[in-house]
Amino acid sequence: MSTAAAHHDEHHAHHPSGITRWLTTTNHKDIGTMYLVFSLIMFFIGGAMAMIIRLELFQPGLQWVNPQFFNSMTTMHALVMIFGAVMPAWTGFANWLVPLMIGAPDMALPRLNNWSFWILPFAFTLLLSTLFMPGGAPAGGWTMYPPLVLQTGNAFPFLIFAVHFMGASSIAGAINIIATVFNMRAPGMTLMKLPLFVWTWIITAFLLIASIPVLAGAVTMLLTDKFFGTSFFSAAGGGDPVMFQHIFWFFGHPEVYILILPAFGIASAIIPTFARKPLFGYSSMVYASASIAFLSFIVWAHHMFTVGMPLAGELFFMYATVLIAVPTGVKVFNWVATMWQSSMTFETPMLFAIAFVVLFTIGGFSGLMLGITPVDFQYHDTYFVVAHFHYVLVTGAVYALIAGTYFWLPKWTGHMYSETLGKWHFWLSTISVNVLFFPQHFLGLAGMPRRIPDYAVQFADWNMVSSIGGFVFGLSQILFVVGIVKCARGGKQATSQVWEGAHGLEWTLSSPPPYHSFSTPPAAATIEGGMR
Amino acid sequence: MTDTIRSSANRRLAYKLLGLTGLMFGFGYALVPLYNVFCEVTGINGKTGELSAAQADAMQPDLSREVTVEFVTSVSAGLAWQFSAPAQKIVVHPGVVTAVEFEVVNNAGRDMVGQAIPSVAPSTAARYFSKTECFCFNRQPLVAGKVSKLPVRFIVDPKLPADVQTVTLGYTFFEALPDAPDTNQKRGSLPST
Repeated sequence: MSTAAAHHDEHHAHHPSGITRWLTTTNHKDIGTMYLVFSLIMFFIGGAMAMIIRLELFQPGLQWVNPQFFNSMTTMHALVMIFGAVMPAWTGFANWLVPLMIGAPDMALPRLNNWSFWILPFAFTLLLSTLFMPGGAPAGGWTMYPPLVLQTGNAFPFLIFAVHFMGASSIAGAINIIATVFNMRAPGMTLMKLPLFVWTWIITAFLLIASIPVLAGAVTMLLTDKFFGTSFFSAAGGGDPVMFQHIFWFFGHPEVYILILPAFGIASAIIPTFARKPLFGYSSMVYASASIAFLSFIVWAHHMFTVGMPLAGELFFMYATVLIAVPTGVKVFNWVATMWQSSMTFETPMLFAIAFVVLFTIGGFSGLMLGITPVDFQYHDTYFVVAHFHYVLVTGAVYALIAGTYFWLPKWTGHMYSETLGKWHFWLSTISVNVLFFPQHFLGLAGMPRRIPDYAVQFADWNMVSSIGGFVFGLSQILFVVGIVKCARGGKQATSQVWEGAHGLEWTLSSPPPYHSFSTPPAAATIEGGMR
Repeated sequence: MTDTIRSSANRRLAYKLLGLTGLMFGFGYALVPLYNVFCEVTGINGKTGELSAAQADAMQPDLSREVTVEFVTSVSAGLAWQFSAPAQKIVVHPGVVTAVEFEVVNNAGRDMVGQAIPSVAPSTAARYFSKTECFCFNRQPLVAGKVSKLPVRFIVDPKLPADVQTVTLGYTFFEALPDAPDTNQKRGSLPST
C-alpha cells in the first residue's frame, strides 16, 4: 500500500522544470495560468494603444501621432483586446475551472490544449510585428472592410494569417471544452447540475465553432482577392464589397456573445456566494443563455443598417435584435432577485460583480437604442457606438474577468489577496471608467464620428473629460497587477472554501488545489453538497 | 468508464466537432452564391436586368407616365479615364426603348482595357430597369488618347412601382486585366490563367 502510494506520488511529481515545463505541459492548471498571464499582458499592450488614442483625442488638432498611426492604434487596440485579451482570458478561466467544477481529472484532450495555447504567442508576434513594418500596422479598422483593408501594405498578409491562427486556437480550445464537459463529468453530475459558468462556456464553445470558421473564410477571401486574382469583394470583377460585411457580421455578432456569455456565468457564480442565497432561476438562466446564442445568428445586419437594405430586411433585423433584450432581461432580473433580501457582503469580487450588472445593463440599453433602425441611421459610426460597446465589453466582459480573478485567486494561489488594494482598484476603476465612457454617449449624439484623430472644437470639452477618465482607468489597472503579484507571492493562507457562501466542487479541494485533482471522481454526496 | 473508452470517446467527439468546423468554413463560402442568388431574386444590390430586343419591343408603352432617369459616371481610383454621360438626366416613358451614348476618353497615355459595372438606385427599381444593349456587357479596349462612344439601349418596365419617379443609373469604370475573362455578372470567379 505504502509502496503503491509512494510510486503514485513519484509518478505525479515527475514533470520537467523551468521553461520546458511550460512548453510541454498538458496540465489544465498550468495551461490555464499561461492563458491568463498571456491575456493580462495583451490587456496592457491593448491598453497602451488606448492611452495613445485618448492622448491624441485629449485636444482637437493633431498633437502626438499622425493620422495613419492613429488609425493603426484603433485597429490594433480592437484586435489585441478582443482576440488577445478577452478571448484567451475566458479560455484560461475555462481551463482552470471547468475540470474542477465538473470533477474531472483534466481537460479531455490535454495535448490539443497545450497546442491551442502555444499558437497564440505566434499569432500575436505576427500581428504586433506589423507595427514595425514599412507602411505600418493595419489601419482599416478591426472589421477589415474591403476595399479599404486591401490598401494595407506589407502588414496585410500578416493580419490575415494572425487572424487564422487566433481562430485556430479558439476553435481548438472550444473543441476541448465541449469534449471535457460532455465526456469527463463526474458520475452524478448531470447537465442541469452544471455550474452556470460551465453552461455558458459550453454555449460559447458552440458559438466559436459555428462562427470563427466563417471569419476564417471571409479573411481567406480577402487574401485571395488581394494576391490571387479572385474578386469576391471587388466590383470590377463582379463581386460586391457589401457581401464582406454580411459574411463578417455573420461571424461578428455571435462573436460579441462569445465575449460576454462566460461573463454571465461568472456573475452567476459570484452573486449567490456573497448574497449567501442560491441563484434565482437556475434553469431560466440556462435557457436564456441558449436563446441568446440562437438569436445571435439572426441579427447580424443590425451592424449595417445603413448599407441600403429593403424595408422588410431592416424590420426583421430590428425586431430580432430587440428580442435579445428579453433573455438578457431574464438574466439581469435573476441576478437582482438573487440579491433581493439576502445577507450581502461587499468583498472585491462582489463589488465588481454588482458593477458588472449595473454597467452592463447601461450598455444593454444603449444597444437597444442602436437596434432601432431609424435612430441607428443617426448613431451609426459615431462615438455613441463606441460608448455602447465599451460599456458592454469593458464594464461587462472585463469587469467579469476582474471579478472572477479576485474570486478564484485565493483558490489558484492558496493566498488571500489584499482586500484594501482590491477596494482601491474597484473604486478607482469604476469611477474613472464612467468618466471615460459616459461622455462618449454625448459626443456620439452630438455627431462625433468614430476612428478620427482630430475633431471639431465643439467636441473638445467632453473629449478632455473622457481622456482624463481614460488615463485614470489605465493607471488603476496597475493596482490589479500589484494585487495579483502580491497574492501569488504570499499572504494569508486561504481555506478550502475561501468564501463563507461558496458552493461547488472547486471549493472542496485545498487552496491551492493539488497539481492533479479528481484523479478519482468525487462522490455523489460531494456533488449534491456542492449544489444549491 | 475506463480511461481508454473515455479517450476514444473524446477523440470521436473531437473529430465530429472538427467536421462541424469544416462545414462552417464551407458555409462561409456558400454564402457567396447564396448572396448572389438572393440579390438577383430581389434586385437589392442594384443589379439590372437584361432583355432581348424582341422582349423589349413586346412591352406595352405607357405614354401617360413619365420617369426621370439620372446618369452617374465614375472611374475607379487610379484609372486616368474621362467618362461622361450624355446628359445629367432625361425623361422617358415606361415601355419605350431609349438609346443614349456615353463617352469615354483614355488619358492614361497607354492602351488599356476597361470594364464598366452598372448599378441602379433605388434598389427596388433595379428589377424593372433592363438594358437590351450596353457597353457594360463587354470589356472596352481603348487606345491611348482616343475618344470612344459607348451606346446603351434601355427600357423601363411599365410595372415599375408607382412611387418610383426617378431611377438613377450609375456606371463605374474599372481597369480590366488584359488576360482576364469577362467577369461581369459573375462573382468570386477564379482567373482562367
